[in-house]
Amino acid sequence: MTTVQESAALSASSAEAATAKLNPRRLLVGPALIYLIILTQVPLLFTIYYSTLRWRLDRPNLGRPFVGIDNFTRIATDRNIPEILLNTVVLTVSVVVISLIVGMVLALLLNRHFAGRNIVRTLLITPFLVMPAVTAVMWKNVFFNASIGLFSSTLHWLGLGRVDWLGQFPMESLIAIISWQWTPFMMLILLAGLQSLGHDLIEAAQIDGAGPFKIFRYIILPHLYRYIEIGVLMETLFILSVFGEIFIVTLGGPGNQTTNLSYAVFKTAFESFRIGRASALGLFAVVIANIFVLLFIRVLRHQPQEAT
Amino acid sequence: MFEHKTTGRLLTVATYIIAIILFFPIFWMVLTSFKTEAIAFAFPPKLVFTPTLDNWRLALSDPFSKHLTNTVIIVGISTIAALVIGLPAAYSFAFYPTKRSDFTLMWMMSTRMLPPVGVIVPLFVIFRDLNLNDRHLGLILLYTAMNLPLVVWMMRSFLLDIPYETLEAARIDGATLLQEMRYIVLPLVRPGLMATALLSVIFAWNEFFFAFNLTASDAAPLSVFLSSFKTSEGLFWAKMSAAGTVAVLPVVIAGWVAQRQLVQGLTMGAVK
Repeated sequence: MTTVQESAALSASSAEAATAKLNPRRLLVGPALIYLIILTQVPLLFTIYYSTLRWRLDRPNLGRPFVGIDNFTRIATDRNIPEILLNTVVLTVSVVVISLIVGMVLALLLNRHFAGRNIVRTLLITPFLVMPAVTAVMWKNVFFNASIGLFSSTLHWLGLGRVDWLGQFPMESLIAIISWQWTPFMMLILLAGLQSLGHDLIEAAQIDGAGPFKIFRYIILPHLYRYIEIGVLMETLFILSVFGEIFIVTLGGPGNQTTNLSYAVFKTAFESFRIGRASALGLFAVVIANIFVLLFIRVLRHQPQEAT
Repeated sequence: MFEHKTTGRLLTVATYIIAIILFFPIFWMVLTSFKTEAIAFAFPPKLVFTPTLDNWRLALSDPFSKHLTNTVIIVGISTIAALVIGLPAAYSFAFYPTKRSDFTLMWMMSTRMLPPVGVIVPLFVIFRDLNLNDRHLGLILLYTAMNLPLVVWMMRSFLLDIPYETLEAARIDGATLLQEMRYIVLPLVRPGLMATALLSVIFAWNEFFFAFNLTASDAAPLSVFLSSFKTSEGLFWAKMSAAGTVAVLPVVIAGWVAQRQLVQGLTMGAVK
């Protein structure tokens, strides 16, 4: 069994199936293909079309005149956009880095034999399974509330005074919540990587007198490289689109302080009712995401050496 | 892996402590769900109290139950639909690949990773015009599309484990495509099918963005209903915790059961 399933598997069975050239079984891909085109590509084409219109959903009497690239030039000159892009980068990079570091530590700790290992792993993956809407309402109220939240009350009790987490540190609070959710994701991928690493290599290094840090640096880390790539790219794609946590915890505020690209599209479309501009902004998000999708596909196509 | 006995013990204890800290918010939610509203936000927190089931009773009555039903309908039908549409495609990709299969598979995966904000505006407008807003069908259609790439990728990787000869033998014995599926393929991939279904359920159950923008009240799933607690300010913490616990329980259990396949599903089979 290969550690990473790849297109090599495709050609393996295609040799056996070479005789079935016009096999109707090939048409079985059709329904899934057509369904996905209708539900994803057709709306995307509409988004492109809408992005060329001036269209106010709340003012149907104004019609929806064609304005060419006007929506895009307006976005380019919008004074809020740099802040929104910066927020998106700060949020995404922070969460990915934090969950990568904590996930790595946890994966290394879990890759040992100890009593209760399965229970510990089960506890550790749970934050990722909890519905994000529940995570967000619980953290916002029970933990981060300025006057009666657990964190603020504990500080007060210790004589350090209350802290209005969401008012004073809105972005940091969001990063904490989302990192808590996504650390198990990184941990699971890295743990899978660690478990695919043979013990003989590490034992050989130990016999040669290599300490734990050298073993980590020169044996474990290079082996995990591909797993880190996959984890980082996938998580980046998901965090770029984070919406629910922001909507529930901070409403993108105070001001625009926690508004990311996804939340800006939402506000433009469903609070300002500017369909054209929201579509243009949405396309921008698609282009950014596509860069990471292409990188991800490149990583997947790249055959790992240890695959058999 | 590489350690002395004492360091080993220390590392184990450290692991327990980190696990307890990271699990604490969930434990706290479950604990709060058994408190009365008055002691839910008492500080210092009351750890010893007479547990009450009132919040659970409330959490399971209307309007919560209505949204729970919505979630079950939407998640159930969309998961079955994704399996019905996706399994034949996975079968075809696994046993009858063409030169274009690799591209098609990658393209399918890319649809799963595109930002929802790239399609939400036309979906909102089209659903409004087709009278699909705040209807179960709208979210069912979308969640089917959301889970379809996952089903195709995961089921293909499970199907690749079946030797082609097994299928050929059945065909020589005169099995039709449906018989082959029913008596050979399905029994062999049943564990994989279960894992795939559980993962689809998890994703659809927890989805918020489409649900929030495309439903209002009638068809709103649990995720949208739960978000309405965002301004509860200590008034409904116990009730919120109970509702939250009930809302996450099925999916947390599903995730625990599918633990082994979780990483494979999350990465579309890129990591096994």
